[in-house]
Amino acid sequence: MASWGEASESRLIGKRVTRLSGKDKVTGKAKYTFDINEPGMLYGRILRSEVAHATVMGVDMSDAEALPGVKAVIPLIEVGKKLRYQGQEIAAVAAETDDIAKDAIRLIRVDLEELPHAVTEEDAMADGAPEIRDWPSNQSEPNIREDGDLEAGFAEAAVEVEATYHTPVQTHVCLETHGHVAKWEDEQNLTVWASTQGVFGVRNDFAQRFELPANQVRVITEHMGGGFGSKFGPGVEGHTAAELSRITGKAVKLMLTRKAEHLVAGNRPSMTQHVRAGATRDGRLIAYDMKGYGTGGISSGAGFTGPYVYHVPNSRAERVNVATNAGNQRAMRAPGHPQGAFGMDSLMDELAEKLGMNPLEFRRINDPNEVRQAQYTLGAQEIGWHRRNRVPGSGTDVKKRGMGLGSGQWGGGGGRGTEARVTINADGTVEAVTGTQDIGTGVRTVIAIIVAEEFGLAPTDIRVTVGDSAPGLPSGGSGGSQTTPSVAPVIKTAAAAAKQKLFERIAPLLEAPIEDLRVGPGTIYVVSDRTKTITWKQAAGQLGMESISEGGTWDEDLRQGGAAGAQFAEVEIDTQTGAIRVIKIVAVQDCGLAINRLTTESQINGGVIMGLGQALLEERFMDAVTGRMLNANLEDYKVPGTLEIPEIKSIVFDTHRKVTGVGEPPCIPTPGAIANAVYNAIGVRIRSLPITPDKILDALAEKKA
Amino acid sequence: MEKFSYVNATSLEQVTSLLSESGWGEVMLIAGGTDLLAELKEYIEAPKTLVNLKTLPGMDSIEADASGLKIGALATVSDIAMHPTIQHHYTVLAQAAVSVATPQIRNVGTLGGNLCQRPRCWYYRDESTNCLKKGGDTCYAVDGLSKYHAILGGDPVYIVHPSDLAPALIALGASVKIVGPEGEKNMSLEEFFTLPAANPFRENVLEPNEIVVEVSVPAPKSNTRSFYLKAREKGAPDFALASVAGVFAMNGKTCETASIVLGGVAPAPWRSKEAEAALTGKMINESVSQQAGSDAVKDAQPLNDNAYKVTLTQNLVSRAAMMAAS
Repeated sequence: MASWGEASESRLIGKRVTRLSGKDKVTGKAKYTFDINEPGMLYGRILRSEVAHATVMGVDMSDAEALPGVKAVIPLIEVGKKLRYQGQEIAAVAAETDDIAKDAIRLIRVDLEELPHAVTEEDAMADGAPEIRDWPSNQSEPNIREDGDLEAGFAEAAVEVEATYHTPVQTHVCLETHGHVAKWEDEQNLTVWASTQGVFGVRNDFAQRFELPANQVRVITEHMGGGFGSKFGPGVEGHTAAELSRITGKAVKLMLTRKAEHLVAGNRPSMTQHVRAGATRDGRLIAYDMKGYGTGGISSGAGFTGPYVYHVPNSRAERVNVATNAGNQRAMRAPGHPQGAFGMDSLMDELAEKLGMNPLEFRRINDPNEVRQAQYTLGAQEIGWHRRNRVPGSGTDVKKRGMGLGSGQWGGGGGRGTEARVTINADGTVEAVTGTQDIGTGVRTVIAIIVAEEFGLAPTDIRVTVGDSAPGLPSGGSGGSQTTPSVAPVIKTAAAAAKQKLFERIAPLLEAPIEDLRVGPGTIYVVSDRTKTITWKQAAGQLGMESISEGGTWDEDLRQGGAAGAQFAEVEIDTQTGAIRVIKIVAVQDCGLAINRLTTESQINGGVIMGLGQALLEERFMDAVTGRMLNANLEDYKVPGTLEIPEIKSIVFDTHRKVTGVGEPPCIPTPGAIANAVYNAIGVRIRSLPITPDKILDALAEKKA
Repeated sequence: MEKFSYVNATSLEQVTSLLSESGWGEVMLIAGGTDLLAELKEYIEAPKTLVNLKTLPGMDSIEADASGLKIGALATVSDIAMHPTIQHHYTVLAQAAVSVATPQIRNVGTLGGNLCQRPRCWYYRDESTNCLKKGGDTCYAVDGLSKYHAILGGDPVYIVHPSDLAPALIALGASVKIVGPEGEKNMSLEEFFTLPAANPFRENVLEPNEIVVEVSVPAPKSNTRSFYLKAREKGAPDFALASVAGVFAMNGKTCETASIVLGGVAPAPWRSKEAEAALTGKMINESVSQQAGSDAVKDAQPLNDNAYKVTLTQNLVSRAAMMAAS
């Protein structure tokens, strides 16, 4: 059975290794799609709808076509079709400069017949709301899940809580906006630099779109600036870039504006859930009845978890999607989980209070997951849970502190479909190639660590190529926290196979059986006679004009799904200004074997920060009257900055030595933990995210009145 | 942005003469550009000519003597924030300056630009929304989303004035020097700003051919304590949900005079004579400070989403008063 070996035997795996691309990134040497400039390259821009709902009566592109420097203008919607959200594509141009392109799209005359719109869930569900898509009352068929006997459950309950929890639409805010540089090398070969989290998916999409054999499309993503689930396909903008390139015969760069990024590049759907739940006197969660909805704009996919994590024997959950005239949702870091977890963990605290029970104890009783049980103990110790406010809101200080906790669960575990090649050259250099992409998680470094561990080399000795479809070694998209558990086993087995081949070559030289050979730092030696040793370079030199190049297989024994997490938050609230300061977050995250402990901690930090943004700052504001998003920028769509980042204690909770994947789960428990800490501090519960000063002040005023 | 021609200013006469060629918006002045460039890029403004003021000599100085301060309109927000005399004797101004935006913006943004910056209202800043401020017939904040809008003096345009420096300077009793084709004039900075009832399209009394060149601040009395308190949703950069500039002449815990100017709650920096009256001559304690707070907002008329600003402003005023007495 393949294994990653014992921790005591690992030289690199599980240790802290500096990200290989770190220096290039901080010095600006790393080239993102935004940085790609090809000779003679044109700039693409897309004219987008500023109205939320309208019929296109005419598109006159003649003035744009006549503008000097404009090389192509193409329509992206047919006359007679409907525009269904602000930002929807109408036409595109390619021009010699970005400024000309921007001027040109403003010269396109669009004749619209405006239709009534509904951009909020309330408006869309109201009587007489405009029809947005093929759903009655703009609502999908409900998704209903039932378990046990709800009535019997409530009959057994000693306490009940009934509450409504809400989270607004959140956008991904990728620092690098979506975009591509597309270049037709000739009529049959297309090269695309794409800011994507799925190089091979994008390649196949372009191949299909332009009816090319897949190996005649090359997609390159050397570095990319964030995806979070929103960058799996080329999208309209990618197809448009390639089409403009095809027409003009020039490379075309088309990156989304920040505004378009907010409007059309995906979002996390909203959640509104009304829940009634009960618990027994001895603290068992016994009944859960929830009805909820969310909007993913014109698309479906607005589901969320509930009941979540904790065991409820009797439950009913009913969810519907509400269509609104807004850009469609896309997967966003642990889709459905953070909003569901916020609802569930808020509910748990409300029930615990009714029972007069420590919220941590209440969770211990109801959480069937053993890993999380251990995490509760560790996290409580790290945050100093005993210091929390025994009576929420007590004390007379202007600034009040409180603590809360939240939980999460994720799958990960990876899957088949990655091909990789590890090559040992005669000069001793080593290459590892696979078609995955580094979306910021540090998989490049993970690959180097695995190969270096296998060969007795340093990670910097390994030349890693990812983010390019040309070598023809496919890998899946980076979603579902699957990248490392999908890639690592293949790299490991490829490296092991290459090492075996090298051992076969040098065993006669060392006059030892192959199975007696071992790698040491930069050497290969015979375990039964340590005087017999050879440097790595000398060993590779035996290859002469050849090289060793081996593929790998995805070995199930090297990975495992399931990642539990628990977080504890301490906050301080200024009761006069409503200002909320997060003092500390303790994030205990199950992640299996952390190949690189440093970047695993970074992943946890990043998840916590994203969760903090959702908890305290982020909200898409849609104006019911104009139908437009009011904060499609980074001024009024607020994301955490350095001043918002608290002390984050990221605890890599590695309970086994199989790779799991940790990209998504650390953002799940944060909003619930913070919301519960806010309650613990001030004794009023904010049931709607983000928890902003206005809500705090209004709630405190209401409590006082 | 639309195309424009770019002129490097050589003298104030030249600047006012260029400005006199047309009405609002045709010829615009640029210094730091941190506000104007965004307006150009968003097509909120589309001037034919931009006049670069940074080439005007001597307008970026800060002079401090016993009588007070003279700050050139081209002094940067950073210059003000870092000036030792301002930090020691005009604390409210230094605190306001350092609360502005980010270090990068403070390093290029100027005093003149900060005073003359346009509103941040999300309806005003949306090119496609022809709101009342831009000549339309609706202030969309009234029935729309008004979390960041005015609770005082709004009618009929509910923007808030975004400047942090202005409330601090007004609280210090500053005056502003304005140059036009007919020469220069001085007025109190408080009178410089106007409310939408007087002119819904502008935030101050400048004529299209006038330019702010200098701000003078009288030296505060030696028993002065001053504070700028700014509440915001995130640390930086963020505009004020509400702010209070408080300048107090104190004799022990007794307030001889108080000057209280609110930011982020009205279309102009909002001098609260009510709060000042509640404090003047009083021994400041919890109840006096709370009275000042509630007096400051007694005329507030919140919109749908901004009632919290009433509480917030009230609390900030009380807090500033308590700080003066502590």
